[in-house]
Amino acid sequence: MSQTVEFQKEPDDAAARVRAVSAVTTFGPEAPLALDCGVSLSPFTIAYETYGTLNADKSNVVLICHALTGDQHVASRHPITGKPGGWWPMMVGPGLPIDTDRYFVICQNVIGGCMGTTGPKDIDPKTGKPYGLSFPVITIGDMVRAQAMLLDRLGIKDIFCAIGGSMGGMQVLQWAAAYPERVFSAIPIATAARHSAQNIAFHEVGRQSIMADPEWRGGAYLDEGTSPAKGLAVARMAAHITYLSEAALHRKFGRNLQNRDKVTYGFDADFQIESYLRYQGSTFVDRFDANSYLYITRAMDYFDLAADCGGVLANAFKDTKTRFCVVSFTSDWLFPTSDNRQIVHALNAAAANVSFVEIETDKGHDAFLLDEPEMFATLKGFIGAAADRRGLK
Amino acid sequence: MTSNESLPAHGYVQNRVDLALIAEMIEPNVRVLDVGCGDGQLLALLARTKNVDGRGIELSQEGVNACVTRGLSVIQGDADSDLSDYPQDAFDYVILSKTIQATRNPREVLRQMQRIGKHCIVSFPNFGNWRVRLQLLWTGRMPVTKTLGHDWYDTPNIHLCTVRDFVALCEEVGFRIDDAVSVSGNRARRVGRPGTLDNLMAEDAVLLMSRK
Repeated sequence: MSQTVEFQKEPDDAAARVRAVSAVTTFGPEAPLALDCGVSLSPFTIAYETYGTLNADKSNVVLICHALTGDQHVASRHPITGKPGGWWPMMVGPGLPIDTDRYFVICQNVIGGCMGTTGPKDIDPKTGKPYGLSFPVITIGDMVRAQAMLLDRLGIKDIFCAIGGSMGGMQVLQWAAAYPERVFSAIPIATAARHSAQNIAFHEVGRQSIMADPEWRGGAYLDEGTSPAKGLAVARMAAHITYLSEAALHRKFGRNLQNRDKVTYGFDADFQIESYLRYQGSTFVDRFDANSYLYITRAMDYFDLAADCGGVLANAFKDTKTRFCVVSFTSDWLFPTSDNRQIVHALNAAAANVSFVEIETDKGHDAFLLDEPEMFATLKGFIGAAADRRGLK
Repeated sequence: MTSNESLPAHGYVQNRVDLALIAEMIEPNVRVLDVGCGDGQLLALLARTKNVDGRGIELSQEGVNACVTRGLSVIQGDADSDLSDYPQDAFDYVILSKTIQATRNPREVLRQMQRIGKHCIVSFPNFGNWRVRLQLLWTGRMPVTKTLGHDWYDTPNIHLCTVRDFVALCEEVGFRIDDAVSVSGNRARRVGRPGTLDNLMAEDAVLLMSRK
């Protein structure tokens, strides 16, 4: 049977600006998720958080789509790391661009994830063991379809604003293409309408790193009581470099040595950047499942919005009434401005209502998660204008 | 407005006369594309007074971000390369205000505007203005005036023209001129179709055109 369990999250201490409600909705056999690969996933669970108050006509919903290693804890303490404030603390809260005094925010853990939504670490009811690699391959389209099912369950017909960066931006584009009548405004940030060859290459390095770890056990590590932490950490280290920029690395670390005056003529972490990456890798494995990493990176690789529309991206947005705001960052080489501009070109070709801002920064792809006042200012303007247009109080 | 904040990338100062005149030419409740929209002054004016569905293209990222911050739908791009994206008849009006002289290929820009807009409004500085002519005649050097403030070696205005030149290009491209305003200082004169006197007196010209 389908059911929803909700609970008020303990507020963060100082960082708590808005109370999060954590919830888990289970979809029973009567509501299977039809996946692009042809498999029907059932039962499945979606874990999500909400902030703010849903208005009477349910017209103030902001759907936040998280990135590859993000989760539903967008503006609340992370249950594993304990980090307060969530992953987008400067974007979501009272008086912030996504103003929780005005909007009702929903952030769902994606299908295939590892923070409560059904993914490869969960028990396969057919075998009684964790899915591992028997979990079906999922796509961005599947993630969005699952999100739509949750909104249906909550009685929410349409979204005032869908917003997300990186893979979150892919979901936003998928939402706008698959359910144009349900998306009033859309903000894809630092993203692309299709994953580039270079990005697929980086993902493959990460996946091979996980699979090369003997503890991975063909994906059955949970059942066998091992953990491919080393492989996952290396995957994270490699990926983390792609989220930064050469300029930012130079600014933050340069060739500075880590707690020493000279190099040691060994393979210890002599340089600060090495130490930093090792730390990033080691903390990541505590909060993320290696198989989830395989599945979610695969979903991104498969994303090609134009391919589903006869190869013409503009067709994905034909007759759309959605108001778009595309955002890119000058130093992002993972999803460079040119990728984002492709989306803008297609939206123009569809005569869609689109804004496009490129933010000047040296912080690379991760800039969308960081303190970028110009991004906040432009998004506040865009979202506010859209809210006025929709007649939100 | 003559403060620096309203200075578009091409360094050509927008004056209110120009914008107000363009706004007067536009019917309410239409779809408008403002090419080279600067910080969005005109789009904001049109949204406020004519309830238009307005879009903008602006070269400078600073201008774009200012526009989006004030709630306008604007993208970073330029007239030479980005108009070809739009489908035919995407807009009721396409506006090119004081930008055409800075484009690489003004004729192609006009053709694209004609394709995507039912009506087009172009404003530009008139190089045939008597002050410009006199400066060239007396000093023998490239004119630098209040409205054309750059030296020849650093001007973004690479395709300056006179009113008469522009009318001839409209003819070639297949535009009908529906209305024209000759601007001199703070005075604007509606002339219907620009003549020899306008070619001499106008500092700026604003033309409303549609397909023949």
